[in-house]
Amino acid sequence: MDKIIITVVGKDTVGIIAKVCTYLSENNINILDISQTIVSGFFNMMMIADMSSAKIGFGELCEAMDALGEKIGVSVKCQKEEIFEMMHRI
Amino acid sequence: MINQFEVIETNKMIEEENLDVRTITMGISLLDCTCADLDACCQKIHDKIYSSAKDLVSTGEYIAREFGVPIVNKRISVTPIALVGGACCHSAEDFVRIAKTLDSVAKEVGVNFLGGYSALVSKGMTAADELLIRSIPQALSSTERVCSSVNLGSTRTGINMDAVKLMGEVILETAERTKDADSLGCAKLVVFCNAPDDNPFMAGAFHGVTEADRIINVGVSGPGVVKTALEKVRGENFEVLCETIKKTAFQVTRVGQLVAREASKLLGVPFGIVDLSLAPTPAIGDSVADILCEIGLEHAGAPGTTAALALLNDQVKKGGVMASSYVGGLSGAFIPVSEDQGMIDAVNAGALTLEKLEAMTCVCSVGLDMIAIPGDTKASTISGIIADEMAIGMVNAKTTAVRLIPVIGKGVGENVEFGGLLGHAPIMPVNPFSCEAFVSRGGRIPAPIHSFKN
Repeated sequence: MDKIIITVVGKDTVGIIAKVCTYLSENNINILDISQTIVSGFFNMMMIADMSSAKIGFGELCEAMDALGEKIGVSVKCQKEEIFEMMHRI
Repeated sequence: MINQFEVIETNKMIEEENLDVRTITMGISLLDCTCADLDACCQKIHDKIYSSAKDLVSTGEYIAREFGVPIVNKRISVTPIALVGGACCHSAEDFVRIAKTLDSVAKEVGVNFLGGYSALVSKGMTAADELLIRSIPQALSSTERVCSSVNLGSTRTGINMDAVKLMGEVILETAERTKDADSLGCAKLVVFCNAPDDNPFMAGAFHGVTEADRIINVGVSGPGVVKTALEKVRGENFEVLCETIKKTAFQVTRVGQLVAREASKLLGVPFGIVDLSLAPTPAIGDSVADILCEIGLEHAGAPGTTAALALLNDQVKKGGVMASSYVGGLSGAFIPVSEDQGMIDAVNAGALTLEKLEAMTCVCSVGLDMIAIPGDTKASTISGIIADEMAIGMVNAKTTAVRLIPVIGKGVGENVEFGGLLGHAPIMPVNPFSCEAFVSRGGRIPAPIHSFKN
């Protein structure tokens, strides 16, 4: 498993998850878990995905997500899961 | 599995509370570059540093992207140059040649500072040590990225007062030579007692002779994260306060450990230590002084400051030690003045004096750091301040340091602007009474009785 965390924060608009998911599926990145909340109109989504059989590298994914975020006007951030594991698990 | 709240908490620390990894520092031994010919020695130094660190900056940037956490600085520390240049340097100018080589290779590999233009003279000076020390003003005024440090004493050896006297003069001359830039040269020069071999932070980083050929050391930061965590426990007792600092320090240090491990793997260089320091920057919300205020002081420097700092320092270590497999370096809270907006405010409010800072250094991780003093301060007075600080380190078996900036042409009440991470500072008054006769005695102060632990 090569787990990554994708977070999307921004103004809620139609099809944010769809666009992210489409890109991930096109590149064979498997989604393991999705959770989302909307706090005072702000969309907050976290996705855990597995990149172990991805067609692209992590750097390329980051660039694509940056570009996608810019296009729909939200911030999309990709991080390796280890940073959260390290900080929140002993 | 990681949940959304944990992800949000981490990203809030990074985006709003200035959580970052302050530095990845690659230590490189230059002992195999010693050579009787100066040109050949410079070439070997260049080649060794270049081949070891050419990928350091790009690797740092890659890791920052991988984990979404900023890695502010990528730096290099090298073997103390007094040891490396001893065989081929016969004058101060020869040592300056090496400094220029270091500066140019630092630019070539893209690191912002390179430390190790250093001499370890805690008991005595060799001819090479003395030449290097005398070359410091010229070296720092003719280079941009080279940092210099001198170890003047230790708990085991006592204090080399001849070197303390010399350093007072060297600091003043460095200030004079860089007076056009508010004596900035002195910001790249620090003197130590009990200098650690594996410190990743500038200006005092050097690669000790006890270290491996190459090593990766990481310095974490995060005063803003601690401050925000403490905001949530206002009015609670000391037990709750201490637990909160410990937990936060643990989280911050884990990020450092992760980055250090990853850098070590990608660069193929062994992992050395994580330095668990709370290192402030001039950015708002990135201040150690603000933590002291959050603990309950009106300003840093108010009565209670030393106790609050002692507590903070200890809890940072207790939380951090469990988070990393190896800790080292300076580890604790830094209290520089110019690099910490809360400290600057405290000085301007009249709450913080040089004497109070000295007391604070008894319980924090370093010493009198980034303090601007009047440019007409006498060399012997600077030596006296250094001697006091070295004595605190020697007797308490801890690292202490002095980085004073006598700002030529400016006096108390004026401000200096160093720019960037070095910040800006109000010039602080210095005790005007003389210690000339004390400093001029010559020789060394013997090691304290508790150094004989055989």
